[in-house]
Amino acid sequence: MSVLDYESVIGLEVHVELKTPQKLFCDCSTTFGAPPNTQVCPVCLAMPGTLPLLNRECVEYAVRAGLALHCDIAPSSRFDRKNYFYPDLPKAYQVTQNFAPICTGGYVDVATENGMRRIRITRIHLEEDAGKLIHHDDHSLVDCNRCGVPLIEIVTEPDIRSSEEAVAFLRKLRAVVRYTDVSDGKMNEGSLRCDVNLSIRKKGETTFGQRVEMKNINSFNFVARAIESEFKRQVAILEEGGTIIQETRRFDEKTGETSALRKKESAADYRYFPDPDIGEVLVNKETIARILASMPRLPDERKAMYKDTYELSDYEAERLTADKDLSDFFEEAVKETSYPKTLVNLILTDLSPLFGEDETEVPLSPISLGALADLLGKDIINSNTGRKVLKVMLEEDQDPVAYVEENNLAQINDPEVLQSIIDATVNSNARAVNDYRRGRTPALRALMGNVMRETQGRANPILAEEMLKATIAKNA
Amino acid sequence: MTITDMTIQELASALRKGDLSSYEITSTFLNNIERLEPSVGAYITVTKDDALSMAEEADMSFREGDDPGLLAGIPMALKDNIATSGIRTTNASRMLENFVPAYDAYVTTCLRKNGAVFLGKANMDEFSMGDSTEASAFHVTHNPYDASRVPGGSSGGSAAAVAAGEAVYALGTDTGGSICQPAAFCGLVGMRPTYGLVSRRGITAYASSFDQAGPITRTVRDNAAVLDAIAVRDPKDGMASRFAPVPDGGYVGATENAFGNPVIGYVEEFSKGLNPSVRGALEHALQFYESTGARVVSLSFPHLEEALAAYYLLTSAEGYSAINRYDGVHYGYRAADAETVDDIYMLSRSDALGLEVKCRVLLGSYLLSKEHYDAYYEKAARIRTLVIQAFNTLFNACDAILAPVTTGPAPLLGTRNSESLNGQYSSDRFTVLAPLAGLPALAFPYGLTQEGLPIGLQLMGPRFSEGRLYMLATAYEDAHERLPRPRLLHELRNGNNHECP
Repeated sequence: MSVLDYESVIGLEVHVELKTPQKLFCDCSTTFGAPPNTQVCPVCLAMPGTLPLLNRECVEYAVRAGLALHCDIAPSSRFDRKNYFYPDLPKAYQVTQNFAPICTGGYVDVATENGMRRIRITRIHLEEDAGKLIHHDDHSLVDCNRCGVPLIEIVTEPDIRSSEEAVAFLRKLRAVVRYTDVSDGKMNEGSLRCDVNLSIRKKGETTFGQRVEMKNINSFNFVARAIESEFKRQVAILEEGGTIIQETRRFDEKTGETSALRKKESAADYRYFPDPDIGEVLVNKETIARILASMPRLPDERKAMYKDTYELSDYEAERLTADKDLSDFFEEAVKETSYPKTLVNLILTDLSPLFGEDETEVPLSPISLGALADLLGKDIINSNTGRKVLKVMLEEDQDPVAYVEENNLAQINDPEVLQSIIDATVNSNARAVNDYRRGRTPALRALMGNVMRETQGRANPILAEEMLKATIAKNA
Repeated sequence: MTITDMTIQELASALRKGDLSSYEITSTFLNNIERLEPSVGAYITVTKDDALSMAEEADMSFREGDDPGLLAGIPMALKDNIATSGIRTTNASRMLENFVPAYDAYVTTCLRKNGAVFLGKANMDEFSMGDSTEASAFHVTHNPYDASRVPGGSSGGSAAAVAAGEAVYALGTDTGGSICQPAAFCGLVGMRPTYGLVSRRGITAYASSFDQAGPITRTVRDNAAVLDAIAVRDPKDGMASRFAPVPDGGYVGATENAFGNPVIGYVEEFSKGLNPSVRGALEHALQFYESTGARVVSLSFPHLEEALAAYYLLTSAEGYSAINRYDGVHYGYRAADAETVDDIYMLSRSDALGLEVKCRVLLGSYLLSKEHYDAYYEKAARIRTLVIQAFNTLFNACDAILAPVTTGPAPLLGTRNSESLNGQYSSDRFTVLAPLAGLPALAFPYGLTQEGLPIGLQLMGPRFSEGRLYMLATAYEDAHERLPRPRLLHELRNGNNHECP
């Protein structure tokens, strides 16, 4: 048996901080990054006698996310108390929805190497965030700004089979919460956090293995690495005849490995019971209809449109729609060019390395990029020149047409001009020409290099290569 | 008539005529507090300076022709679980001994708007968990009618203060009889309103689905006047009813409604195990109502034993969760020798929470645990539904139920803990029913036993029937002599006369 005989069975629990300006149960601001304990009040500090008052806006945000993820919206849901002691939890209970969540069912379709995969969503529930502990050598400080910030927790079925699928799911989920403006979805600010539940089994089996939980992983890259490392660890244990223990493990970003956090986790008893301070959460059909009517075009809709209109591949369309800003940028830029494929290549090949995990801000205007795509598409400049121009544009956004003209970068497509340069090259490089004739094809690259040098890289490479080959054949 | 014998209506009228000033009234009560507190112990905190300046403010507004309402200038006491901005609110717990809230409870705000004068914060069972005020972390409170006896609880300080002439009226809070029972033991009128009528905001939670604040007064009309001031919808109490129908003319108006031909229910199971004096009181009161034009119907209440069990299970579960926030981390008491977070939790809570609180926290923790949730919490919640249904059936057959408040008069101090837990809690069996079903209950004084101890009765009604209950109790009160004041007060008065001939 080897690693290849096993598969991972993965379910995710994703916490998404809602973008509402106010907290779930009080009027405090939810702005990220404020000085510690400046966004607090007696309610979120759990002073005696204070009461939660449900912020309906949070309910609507959760419904919006649920509808965008194809969930059923519960006409009546309820809040429960999850009781435990921790210094970042002033009430000593977290208000969450254990028994009757606001959304159930639902799914996300993701494009993977193996084609489209549907990841089912079990449930989405609303809950409040806890505060933050800041540890020092001999003491710890509590920042309660985040106490009571609204979250939705999205729980998937164990439908994910690889790190690739997990990341594709997370990207898609992030896209949906950003499109719907439900959340910033920033992993680096903690507004999107992920717990991974992973078990393994032999391929072909339908039962589930013992599940291990990895909590609070805060980047796509770490999610992928944690899954891969945990998968290997579990396979190694089974291969040695061992058994997997149900436990919570921590992913160490430095070593890339997981380590046991607490085995008792499974035994934790949160003593859930219905929160007597909060009434039923009612969502009527009118509310659902109103939210549906105000729903923006979602990634899947845009994706289908891009594939149809611009003949993009599944992969290209998925990448472009994974982020709303990027997708919006593409839609602006594509109006400026008759070469959408060229534009997509520019975005996905040349610009994508510039994107951070949470940011896809493109530092130039869609009009300029569209114009650049046109210059390339119309063969006015070649791809090398295109890359140079793009580099300049990224330093300072400017009109590529004007830049190409001013700097005389237009491609040389005139066969007469090219022929004279090619003739000179063939004449002065007899050895390379001979090598090529004897079947050493790399020699052609050297000759082309000479042509490009002579033209400052402006020769139409395809035309020049054809003419070069023809010239060598003719001179034989 | 001495100031301490006057009702709210009488004081209000004297204030408006200029016969009395709030300063005089308040000073009288402060003097009484000073003299009587050593033998009563009704207060945890007396806010003398605040009281006098609030009184001066009230007098000023009368002089300027402003009239904030019936309660203006009248000195009162607040149970110490009701938040008062700038005044420590201890909940009778070491845990919050020095806790000064930066906010008022909504009922506190209502009283301030009405120009009330705060004399101080009344003693109680720690976090309202108890029925004798002996579970206060600070001191016991003595029943003004007999200092060797308890005043009841958990609002025992509020009741004792009113009975002893240390406040014109008081606010108590009720979870399962904490207003009606001390009112009955101290010869007073106590209203536990319908759940959702009075805001809970700023009142320390014990069991959130039960808790309600209400007035403790000497007369029914006084009680109605106080409820008028505090039964104001609070948009920030998510469980406050949006549809609470307050009668036209308020609750004071309702006391004057025509008696008509009401149907008063009598529940047969309630007569079991009653002290003869309480049994006699119940029978006499039923005869009175019958003679006044009411029809008395005999009814049966199923699930009585189960209801009491359900009450203790549900309140312990909610109480466990409500008390956990007092963990020594964010505010309140923290054990000085705590080194780790776990130390902070364990040492602080061990030091600063009392036995009764610990018992209920442990009980709640046990019955909410995964293994026991279905057998206890879930079942208790279902019994609660059955009790609500049982009441609905009863109120199809009658307008109000007349019932005992307790099985007998106030017990002796120090005898509560020696009883078995079961015996202790079963004495609450008449007062947990209305709170379990979220219904109003109004305790009113029937009379004194041969030993001179007050006996009370209660009227329970459907949701938001407070006006009707006030009307029925007023009819009884108007036809009977008012209870004599406690001997304590007479002795004080005689002492006063002696000092100032």
